[in-house]
Amino acid sequence: MAKRHDVYGTTDLPVLLPAAERLNRQAAAERVLGAPKLRLRAWHGLALAAVIVLWTSFVWAQADGAGNEQQESVISAIWRWLPVLLGGFVFNIAISFLSMGIGTVAGTLLGIMQISQVWPVRGSSWLVTQFFRNAPWLVLLFFCMFLLPFEFTVFGVTIPFPDWIKAVIGLALPVMANVSEIVRGAIQSIPSGQWEAAHSLAFSRWQILSQIILPQCVKRMLPPWMNLYAILTMATVLASVVGVGEVMTLTQRVLAAENRPEFLVPFYGFVMLLFFAYCYPIARTTQKLELRYAVKQ
Amino acid sequence: MPSSSNAAAARHADANWTPDQPIVAIRNVHKSFGDFEVLRGITFDVMKGDVICIIGASGSGKSTLLRCINALVPIDSGSIKVEGQEVHQPNLNTLALRKKVGMVFQQFNLFPHKTALQNIMMAPVQVLKQDKDAVRERARRLLAKVRLEGKEDAYPGELSGGQQQRVAIARSLAMNPDVMLFDEVTSALDPETVNEVLLTIRELAEEGMTCMLVTHEMGFAREVADHMYFTDRGIIVEHGPPQEFFANPKDERTKAFLGQIL
Ligand SMILES: Nc1ncnc2c1ncn2[C@@H]1O[C@H](COP(=O)(O)OP(=O)(O)OP(=O)(O)O)[C@@H](O)[C@H]1O
Ligand SMILES: [Mg+2]
Repeated sequence: MAKRHDVYGTTDLPVLLPAAERLNRQAAAERVLGAPKLRLRAWHGLALAAVIVLWTSFVWAQADGAGNEQQESVISAIWRWLPVLLGGFVFNIAISFLSMGIGTVAGTLLGIMQISQVWPVRGSSWLVTQFFRNAPWLVLLFFCMFLLPFEFTVFGVTIPFPDWIKAVIGLALPVMANVSEIVRGAIQSIPSGQWEAAHSLAFSRWQILSQIILPQCVKRMLPPWMNLYAILTMATVLASVVGVGEVMTLTQRVLAAENRPEFLVPFYGFVMLLFFAYCYPIARTTQKLELRYAVKQ
Repeated sequence: MPSSSNAAAARHADANWTPDQPIVAIRNVHKSFGDFEVLRGITFDVMKGDVICIIGASGSGKSTLLRCINALVPIDSGSIKVEGQEVHQPNLNTLALRKKVGMVFQQFNLFPHKTALQNIMMAPVQVLKQDKDAVRERARRLLAKVRLEGKEDAYPGELSGGQQQRVAIARSLAMNPDVMLFDEVTSALDPETVNEVLLTIRELAEEGMTCMLVTHEMGFAREVADHMYFTDRGIIVEHGPPQEFFANPKDERTKAFLGQIL
């Protein structure tokens, strides 16, 4: 029956069907996920490494040809700056941990509010979620930088509020909104029979959520939550734009100090490799979990 | 013992109710979903210890009726009283109502992240705040009663449909209900496991539990029911004791339905 193909709706060319189906499924997955899906592949890392190696040998050959033996090689320069770069990278990871922690706690509350029976609560939490989920991350970061004070005074005690803490909050906002959607989606994916059975056993709404629904959601939420974490980790470099001393900022300073334009590509390539090495295992684990749960259901 | 009679009085929201009055009294109940009127004036009584079976075509409102009795679905007009407690009122004490009414569903609806024993223990411990050790003891006895001793630590996913449904029955019984509602509890089961669930229900009925069953198992209904009800498009078309009901149905719609199914 030719009609059946209309279900996919995107093409009537049979050759394109598999691709159309794949794209449809991707789009559906992203809707469920509540966030764009990270697709890190092993070859991304290999390609990066290859670029660095090629560039390095190219620089080497040039240096050789020019007869400037006294100039340092890229590899040894990276090696010399390694403690600085790694220090900066650890700072990125720290920012990602804090933002993820704050965003997860706030997002979980916001997600639960999205299924409230009180419509003002439901409506306002929906609005907040949509606002922060669709705002560009960099814009949110700038807002936090310029709207938050540089210090707080509570009960006569002045608490400093350095830029990096503002960055943590700025990044936690979109995380919160995405977690909110992940939580809402997971709660709504639990069959309504669970609610009915629990209600018939006289559980209160709050007991049902905390004892029966949310524990079942954890498994479903883990893959999209980890995916979000990997995306956040890569987004921490945005903090360099507002002057936080993380790995990108430090790399810029190192390059300025070295004043060797040919170092630009290998140094930034190296930074990308650091992120790849950190995020790729997370992306792989996420994929495996997704597959495992998909098979089980 | 005055203390126990006080407890009994507190258990019944309406102290005037006595066991010789209907345990469930349904009067002219109407319920619509949007424009669609699912229940169009249902009236009947269930006495303590009675087993009543409701049959009827798909979509005739049988599940909706059962759900109204424990306030899972609010009704639009009419009255439902359970042991004298009016279900259709703005500040309904749902806890008091749902302690009295147990319900078992077609899809079992066990909590998949809890073991069989935990499924049974959860509500008495968390809702009724009963002592955990006493509840565990009772839960084990209930599992034995539904012939599932040894399955205490099994998760729902590791049990067959029939076993899951019996855990669901035990879970309901753990609340010590006075009325049990069964909504097509064998419809989602493999034919081989239907009988083990029916046997459990039959034993309950013989012990004197008040049961309201929606079922398509006509043979079973004929054996256990004290009274049969046939619903069609939101009203009770015909009712009577099973012998009479099955032997010579009066209404044309009942005849047609029984003719199809038997
Ligand atoms: N929550 C709801 N919202 C809207 N319509 C509903 C809802 N619940 C039930 N209905 C509709 O009410 C009608 C009666 O449903 P009900 O489940 O009570 O029928 P039933 O007699 O139990 O049928 P079955 O034998 O298929 O279980 C159906 O048409 C159904 O679509
Ligand atoms: Mg039904």
